[in-house]
Amino acid sequence: MEEYRQEEIASALIRLIRKKREALGRPVRLMEVCGTHTMTVYRYGLKPLLEEAGVDLLAGPGCPVCITPDDYHEIIIDLLTRRPKTIVATFGDMTRVPTAKGSLQTAVPAPSSRLKIIYSPAEALDLAQENPDCEVIFFGAGFETTIPSIAFTVKEARARGLKNFSLLAACWLIPPPLRAILESGEVAIDGFLYPGHVSTIIGSQPYRFIAEEFKIPGAITGFEPNDILLGINSVLDQMLAARPEVAIEYRRVVSARGNPRALALMAEVFEVKDAFWRGLGLIPQSGLGLKKEYHEFDTLKRFSLDLSPSEKSFNPGCRCGQVLRGLLRPPECPLYGRLCRPESPYGPCMVSYEGACLIHFKYGQRWS
Amino acid sequence: MRDFISRYIVPNFNNSILSELLDASHLPGGLAFTTDSYVVDPIFFPGGDIGTLSVNGTVNDLVVSGARPEFISLALIIEEGLAWDDLERILASISRAATEAGVKIVTGDTKVVRRGQADKIYINTSGVGRIIARPNLEAVAPGDNLIVTGPLGEHSLAILTARGEFGFEASVKSDCAPLTFLLPLWQREVRWMRDITRGGLATILCELAEKLPYSILIEEKKIPLSPPVQAVSEFLGIDPLYLACEGRAAILAPASRSEEILAYLQAHPLGREAAIIGQIEDRIGRAGELLLRTKTGGLRLLEPLTTELLPRIC
Amino acid sequence: MAIEDGNLGKADYLGTRVKVNLSLLDEVKVGDLVIIHAGFAISRLDEAEAQETLSLLREIAAASKDESSS
Repeated sequence: MEEYRQEEIASALIRLIRKKREALGRPVRLMEVCGTHTMTVYRYGLKPLLEEAGVDLLAGPGCPVCITPDDYHEIIIDLLTRRPKTIVATFGDMTRVPTAKGSLQTAVPAPSSRLKIIYSPAEALDLAQENPDCEVIFFGAGFETTIPSIAFTVKEARARGLKNFSLLAACWLIPPPLRAILESGEVAIDGFLYPGHVSTIIGSQPYRFIAEEFKIPGAITGFEPNDILLGINSVLDQMLAARPEVAIEYRRVVSARGNPRALALMAEVFEVKDAFWRGLGLIPQSGLGLKKEYHEFDTLKRFSLDLSPSEKSFNPGCRCGQVLRGLLRPPECPLYGRLCRPESPYGPCMVSYEGACLIHFKYGQRWS
Repeated sequence: MRDFISRYIVPNFNNSILSELLDASHLPGGLAFTTDSYVVDPIFFPGGDIGTLSVNGTVNDLVVSGARPEFISLALIIEEGLAWDDLERILASISRAATEAGVKIVTGDTKVVRRGQADKIYINTSGVGRIIARPNLEAVAPGDNLIVTGPLGEHSLAILTARGEFGFEASVKSDCAPLTFLLPLWQREVRWMRDITRGGLATILCELAEKLPYSILIEEKKIPLSPPVQAVSEFLGIDPLYLACEGRAAILAPASRSEEILAYLQAHPLGREAAIIGQIEDRIGRAGELLLRTKTGGLRLLEPLTTELLPRIC
Repeated sequence: MAIEDGNLGKADYLGTRVKVNLSLLDEVKVGDLVIIHAGFAISRLDEAEAQETLSLLREIAAASKDESSS
């Protein structure tokens, strides 16, 4: 098990990467989509080593907290501060995103209402069951790794006959924004590192368009440091052979077909729709909403609320959108480290554990 | 917190003793004096309670400042309605901890406040000890070793487990303990000691580095961590270098003395897993920097903790 | 490593036990290794593939050592 982190192996992999990159004759830029990949790369000190080898890693839009528009948060904050006997349940980072109405964390709940930070969607169900006189609103954000568990939770709510549970879904699909980024042509990307755990659910098929239509190589990569180095090696191999594909470099956990049971659960409860992403705008078929049969559990329907995010951004000068598209690196943002710091974040990239700016701040200070 | 102290506390009470900002202040006449307040939640946790903490925390501040702890004052602020059994348990813990640390409770005070005006019980202890040595940062030289006396983060994990928030069961006990067994090391040319409390090892080493004209390099693979702390840090994405302990110290000693000090520590029940984890450097990094060599061989700068990882941990 | 109990299981990681929901996988057995995300097991670990990856990593390290010494 130690092999996934061992220095000897890491150095050997980096030497290979350097050789292959040199054979290509130019610097290489790869986009790693998932916030957890960004974190590993920084935390293990791999970023400077890879830069020396001529490989530049760019962070992508794989941070669910970062790409959820403020409008969602504002709806939840309104519910928490105005409705008595309401429990809002959500994951930790979501509570600290700053919006025009403040953050969930600092919002003052209405009488006998509260905010509860949970670590698993299943906890929201328990909350509903244990507090029958309260409305439990689960603000559920995530990509395909988390969406099946959220789907399960809704199905369970029906099975248990819960009448006081609803979901505000902030569910996003990973492949569509990648298409949007490539179609915009804003950034030159030589290859992708695809998220390991999202891929356990969706398999490799959904990324094929990147290899086939755009002719760009990629590898589904695990999260240990040596997994990431293996993934980079695979992408370079594909570049050298001029054979772009979707390689699976995390085979111990990812299969080409994904997790059919999880996918079926998702399809049972959710339907795909167009969705508005912070920074990337409207992306067709990129989000999920509850199917009609499950509308009784939809927070928006239950409280007759309207959610229509748009280009308007509350924080003037916040450049999270550009960071998420790969146009700006965190230290290039004029607010980074000054107006926007972990203790006083201006935008969600500095709030989320998977946010590029927070990760750079915590782990990326350059030693000399 | 450091900001708060430098902006509000020091200017208001400016004197040469306070401005040294040691864990325990050295008074003229050979005495050291320290104080600490304890608001830990929950008050009972595996391996200890607020009582044990209140004695050991203050004792340890004296030990790492070069003083032999002798006398403790004990002030209790109790919320009306605290169960008598709980109070008795805490007092018994205090008594036991005092005996173990070799100190006497010589004065104190008790206040009871109305229900809701405190959270069960808050404790303040002040400690007086006799100075036997002074930390000597002038003598620090490249090659000096950093030693930790045991695995990191067990107190934090015990608190997390007792709070029951995450749905895991870990068999871990707080590392809360008196560090009096470190006192003889002051006679073995130790340059500096700090107990590893809020902010964890990384924060206290950053504070040390800031005072030196050198950098400090520590090796991730040498840092002792028990399996439960490793597991939970990975699950929760917390860096164990920032987790608080309540009975572990970091020691800076000349290279020539390190093996001997390590042997001494490992022979003691509280120091069995002591390890040399790094050294003072003048060839890597800049003065004042704390660097980590990761398991994968990369180098990374460590910063002090700016936001609260876990509230009310001590 | 999972120890089962209905559709909820207990997984063990380095000696610490965690509650985990097994509904997203078929037939998890005691002794299976799983990847857990937000309290749900999302995938099983394929031992054979894991071994292959570990061998590959070791091979790469060995090949690199040979190269630098020759």
